[in-house]
Amino acid sequence: MPELARTSPSRAAPPPPPRAPGSGEILRTLFATPRSALLTIGSVVLVVWAIPGLLRFFIFDAVWSASDGGPCRAPAAGACWAFVAHKLPYFTYGSYPLHEHWRVNLVFGIGAMLVAWLLTPKAAWRRLGAGLFFALYPMLAFVLLWGAPGLGLPRVGTDLWGGILVTFVVAAFGIVVSLPLGIVLALGRRARLPALRLVSIAFIEFMRGVPMIAVLFMASTMLPLFIPERLAPDRLVPPLIGVALFASAYMAEVVRGGLQALPKGQSEAAKALGLRFWSMQRLVILPQALRLVIPAIVNTFIGLFKDTTLVATVGVFDFLRSVDSARLDPNWAGPTITPTAYSFAALFYFVCSSGMSRYSLFLERRLSR
Amino acid sequence: MADTSQRFADAGAVEIAGLNKWYGDFHVLRDIDLVVGRGERIVICGPSGSGKSTLIRCINGLEEHQQGRIVVDGIELTRDLAAIENVRRHVGMVFQHFNLFSHLTVLENCTLAPIHVRKLPKGEAEDLARQYLERVRIADQAHKYPAQLSGGEQQRVAIARALCMSPSIMLFDEPTSALDPEMVKEVLDTIIGLAEEGMTMLCVTHEMGFARQVANRVIFMDGGEIIEINRPDSFFSAPRHERTKLFLDRILR
Amino acid sequence: MLALSSLRRDAVLRGVAIQVLFLGVLALLVYEAVATGLANMRAHHIPVDFSFWREPAGFDIDQHLIPYSPASTYGRAFLVGLLNTLLVAAIGIVPASLLGFALGAARLSRNFLVARLAAIYVEATRNVPLLLQLLFWYNAVLEALPSPQRSLALPGHVYLNDRGLFLPAPVFAPAAVWVLVAFGFGLFGGLACWFWAKRMDSWRSLAVLPVIAFPLATYFAIGQPLGFDVPVLKGFNFSGGAKLLPEFIALLFSLVLYTAAFIAEIVRAGIEGVPKGQGEAASALGLREAEARKYVIIPQAMRLIVPPLTSQYLNLFKNSSLAVFIGYPDLIQVFAGTVLNQTGAAVPVMATTMAVYLSVSLLTSLLMNLYNRRIAKVQH
Repeated sequence: MPELARTSPSRAAPPPPPRAPGSGEILRTLFATPRSALLTIGSVVLVVWAIPGLLRFFIFDAVWSASDGGPCRAPAAGACWAFVAHKLPYFTYGSYPLHEHWRVNLVFGIGAMLVAWLLTPKAAWRRLGAGLFFALYPMLAFVLLWGAPGLGLPRVGTDLWGGILVTFVVAAFGIVVSLPLGIVLALGRRARLPALRLVSIAFIEFMRGVPMIAVLFMASTMLPLFIPERLAPDRLVPPLIGVALFASAYMAEVVRGGLQALPKGQSEAAKALGLRFWSMQRLVILPQALRLVIPAIVNTFIGLFKDTTLVATVGVFDFLRSVDSARLDPNWAGPTITPTAYSFAALFYFVCSSGMSRYSLFLERRLSR
Repeated sequence: MADTSQRFADAGAVEIAGLNKWYGDFHVLRDIDLVVGRGERIVICGPSGSGKSTLIRCINGLEEHQQGRIVVDGIELTRDLAAIENVRRHVGMVFQHFNLFSHLTVLENCTLAPIHVRKLPKGEAEDLARQYLERVRIADQAHKYPAQLSGGEQQRVAIARALCMSPSIMLFDEPTSALDPEMVKEVLDTIIGLAEEGMTMLCVTHEMGFARQVANRVIFMDGGEIIEINRPDSFFSAPRHERTKLFLDRILR
Repeated sequence: MLALSSLRRDAVLRGVAIQVLFLGVLALLVYEAVATGLANMRAHHIPVDFSFWREPAGFDIDQHLIPYSPASTYGRAFLVGLLNTLLVAAIGIVPASLLGFALGAARLSRNFLVARLAAIYVEATRNVPLLLQLLFWYNAVLEALPSPQRSLALPGHVYLNDRGLFLPAPVFAPAAVWVLVAFGFGLFGGLACWFWAKRMDSWRSLAVLPVIAFPLATYFAIGQPLGFDVPVLKGFNFSGGAKLLPEFIALLFSLVLYTAAFIAEIVRAGIEGVPKGQGEAASALGLREAEARKYVIIPQAMRLIVPPLTSQYLNLFKNSSLAVFIGYPDLIQVFAGTVLNQTGAAVPVMATTMAVYLSVSLLTSLLMNLYNRRIAKVQH
């Protein structure tokens, strides 16, 4: 029986053209089983019933411009976008003085540029950008927003801040603080020294065991008591601190997950090369550990962003609270105002949160190359 | 016990005396005495769990020992952090699972320690790295990431990475055990090249052909103690201890 | 005298020194804070003990599962708030889980219409803050409900209007306590039956019999010691009976819908987390898809699902605190809100509140650890 032995290798051939899935295949899955057919029919009914009504309300019958609630009270009127347009400055700046809005716009603009710079994967000089964003920008933003009478910027108290300005300040502060603090806590939790480990565990478990509202209450009622009078914080500071500490505990658990997932060999190789503890963390361990948990980190940021709505419990006028209080304006009273206002707020949060999710997916895909 | 380290004795690279180590109650290393001369090549073999990896991990301080003395290049290993760091600058280690830094390129893997431990400027470190990558014949992959390389290529990068610190002693912990058979040869050839240049090395391995070719002495360990030390030809042809004979029978079938 | 250099060198000594320094600084800060705090509180006559616990509360609570009036103590108000929190959490968990599992399965369905709709729902719900959803449901629910005179009447003397859901309240004669005792015995009997059935390898569901039979028998034997206080419309409102607030309904609705979306994602991740080879091996053995799912995929998926699932339950419990925004009298709203405002006793009130939440979450962690240990034994 002659045995096979190729004398020359065969050449790779191109694949046959793909068969486009016929529409018949897709439809078949929809009605594959009786239960599936029932669900399909139910879904179609739902869609057919809901979509035209929603389109009519939000687009075709909507009132796009008006000077007060009159047109919106008309019998067949849809969403009152005129209300949103009219109240937009209030939703964005709160009660910040009109002629000082440029300061807020400057802070937003610079922030947006820096963030775009930092998030573009191949951008040049990212180290410089990070330094600017984490060190210089907060100080600049504080001076611009709060005011510095010496520099000709009149003081604007935090009780006048509101809307997107406040949401942004609370979220940004929380994000900027929770990541580094979370890393420190995660390292502390894995420390060999029992004092460091126990204190870290106690802090993390405490913050994760209680609702954020309780933390905000505690910060607002107890911080003024335990800090000497001369350092008395204004109304915005206790919630800022509360949100940041709360988010740090959750971030610590996320980072700890990454540290645990990293193979032990990485730290051994680093040690064998002579690297000391902090160099090893900075150059080898943390870059890899954080990369492993990017989706969880972004999820924590998204949660933080949504939780900014809770600062309304302690009297801070964030975006949602501004919208909720604006809809009670008697000038605009009408049956369509509340749905319009809430839909607008929902749209804002949805766009921001989804944006962050999409970016995290994009980042993950790039890094797993 | 024939001690061929006499030739190298005037400059003992590694001196181990009365080494004992316990994991909890488990006595993992028992009364180890060993002197490794400069330029000497030692192969350590034995069944799994015999403590051979633990032994070489003690030499660069990755494992702590409870009793005995270890002196590396004249520096004694104690709990003193400065001593441990000093030793690690003189000793290079290659791991079974490579442990390359996955977030850095091949070049960056090699320049990391020279830049941050030896404080070399970046340009100099890169030249040095390219030199060693050339030596292990992988310089053309300098800008790739470890995940893009085969196992054999990764291990060669790991060897280059360790060499970039200009160690006087190299430790190999089963360097080919995690490799597919067709890649074992390229890594062993690299290590043989190093040996021929006079590098002091301790190598834990199951590759007996390699041991025969390169080793000055072969050490057989079992149950945490050194059972037999001999020149390779005598070791393989006339093992003196029962356990050595049993082990060789099993692996040289 | 220890030279500083020897500190740098010996690892153990360094560790001790670092810890001493760290704890020292911490202790100093804590001492400063406590001293300032005590001084401030004394200056402003803020109580630091629990003396307010037995004082009359002086305010009414709209929904109370135990008897309560403005003459009741602050301590009782605490209990009422706690029970309201537990009520909304306990009732919310089951529908949230059912809906969540259904949505998770729908997301993985091959019927692309169903999968797409489920995905839209989950995405939309997860990206909008819970508070916004709560406000929406609260307004929507209130708008939809009629006034008391035009209540929606349901069978069994149940009335739904914008003041709440009015139900007949059970009134237990003193003898009813024996039914409770019988229930206890029934539980013991049930457990014994269960273990016996397990040993004999027969039907374990028989264990349910004692749990039901004992109390039932006692109930009839004593002469049915149960009466009902029925809600009756008097003027503009109902009196008598038990009442569930519209705030409760709105909170329950939003918590269930929100938590279900997160549970859906957990279920989806769990099922997708089972290695593909498992399904392939099951098919290779000849199992049909439904069988493979039931015996191979789902049991393994549950191991991935249970830990984050309990986290979500805990979240539901903690999220009930959003009740402050709509005035539902839960623990935070009643105790850390009204009681704290009236008595000013910030530290005891907050400490007690935190203690309640921490106990629940620590208990959950403990149970999770036991579960994990049990799985680890089963797996290897």
